[in-house]
Amino acid sequence: MPPIISIQNLTKTYASGLQALKRVDLEINQGEIFALLGPNGAGKTTLISIVCGIVTPTTGTVIANGHDIIRDYRAARSIIGLVPQELHTDMFVSPWDTVRFSRGLFGKAPNPRHLEKVLRDLSLWDKRDDRIMTLSGGMKRRVLIAKALAHEPQILFLDEPTAGVDVELRRDMWALVRGLRESGVTIILTTHYIEEAEEMADRIGVISKGELIVVEEKAALMKKLGKKQLTLHLQEPMSEIPAALAEWRLALRNGGCDLEYTFDGHEERTGIPSLLKRLSDLGIGFRDLNTAQSSLEEIFVSLVSERA
Amino acid sequence: MSPFNGRGVLAIYLFEMSRFKRTFWQSLVAPVITTSLYFIVFGAAIGSRMKEVDGVSYGAFIVPGLIMLSIFTESLNNASFGIYLPRFTGTIYEVLSAPVSPPEMVLGYVGAAATKSMLLGCVILATATLFVPMKILHPGWMVAFLVLTAATFCLFGFILGVWADGFEQLQFVPMLVITPLTFLGGAFYSIDMLPDAWRTFSLFNPVVYLISGFRWAFYGNADVAVGVSLAATLGFLLVCLGVAWWIFRTGYRLKS
Repeated sequence: MPPIISIQNLTKTYASGLQALKRVDLEINQGEIFALLGPNGAGKTTLISIVCGIVTPTTGTVIANGHDIIRDYRAARSIIGLVPQELHTDMFVSPWDTVRFSRGLFGKAPNPRHLEKVLRDLSLWDKRDDRIMTLSGGMKRRVLIAKALAHEPQILFLDEPTAGVDVELRRDMWALVRGLRESGVTIILTTHYIEEAEEMADRIGVISKGELIVVEEKAALMKKLGKKQLTLHLQEPMSEIPAALAEWRLALRNGGCDLEYTFDGHEERTGIPSLLKRLSDLGIGFRDLNTAQSSLEEIFVSLVSERA
Repeated sequence: MSPFNGRGVLAIYLFEMSRFKRTFWQSLVAPVITTSLYFIVFGAAIGSRMKEVDGVSYGAFIVPGLIMLSIFTESLNNASFGIYLPRFTGTIYEVLSAPVSPPEMVLGYVGAAATKSMLLGCVILATATLFVPMKILHPGWMVAFLVLTAATFCLFGFILGVWADGFEQLQFVPMLVITPLTFLGGAFYSIDMLPDAWRTFSLFNPVVYLISGFRWAFYGNADVAVGVSLAATLGFLLVCLGVAWWIFRTGYRLKS
């Protein structure tokens, strides 16, 4: 099956001189959930905005379901829905009126049945006649999703759907996205949470400073991303790692005061119990210990250096 | 795909009209009261002591100018606000990402604002008939000038709303440019009443042509030839269309 979205050599340089995207190539498969993972300012929103027609690319082409997004923009845009990151809603309008507006805007014939289903699926039906300004933040976000679904898009972009959303609503959102995928919608979401990408996506693209660093199946990528560190604060500083500890990936930090063990958080056996046992056998004491997940930034650094 | 997204235009148009409906009374009552005040002050109080202008009583003489004055300011306010508001709140993202072409977008926003302006013009005309006896010599031309002027100034307002960076700027142009041009453009007098130098100076004021043409449609006499008025109005419309075309071609302030 050909990809539903094909992005080639996409570059965006803003008038300020900021290069938001650097020669991005990406293909999205029909029916998948694709997560675009990256820190703030990585270019995620720029990439989405170009595909949706809000930002003009500097170079490159985007084909959505066989339609060039610039030359054939009507056909391309009518199958795409966008849920923006910010809660951009009309204050004085009701959810019902706003979804009707969205459907008309995208050139679709009125279909109250479909709109009712969308609002019901998003638990907005009871609020359909309230002014949007009276709704909670989570509900406003759902209104934005309802608007994006009003014209029955085949491709849905969700820009940071769970930013600033509480845990419960985040679960709801994830369930909703999975439900959409089951109904055949291709979903591209951006996030800066590794867990979210892991929870949701079939494939993950990691973007940093405008460059798409890797695009991989989730399982393969999670292996790379799943590194954790155990740090032991030693009682006595060490000048070098004893040979008896050679089988663990250890490093000395902080002038020999800390011993750092890097392990894979996804492995069944982390090697921690055996390491601690060996340490006590060797009589190496420690005052405290802590484990930490590599931060997204650290992961990006390691992915970039891996590539170089 | 159909080459024209009529449903999209209609959606924008109806959305804008429903926005007007929410503020229906404010937007209607205010101009009607203002106009009535003008009639009481200029028509009844001062006008009764003035001789006729070009064979028309002074109260009746100022009606076309008053309608034009309201149409200028209302068109600018409504159309600029209509496009500035979604830019300000961020909801513009949806229109930009929809399969709607620039002309369709302009048609929706400007069409709705122009409809409101014309409605308002009719309401003021109706109010005027309560104060002074009216006659309209060329109703067809009157409607034509009304439509042209409303469309032109709404388009001008649309451009203003795209350009504006804040609410102050939205107020700035109508206050500092349009109101003086209108008052000096013969809304309340014939420019023939001015000394020669000022009369010549007035001819550089585009508003003179609009008011003169509109008044000609009512009473058959004009400060400048009606053909010149029509050409000036159309010229102004073309300039606005050109600027709007440039805005969409470059994505100025709408797309980065």
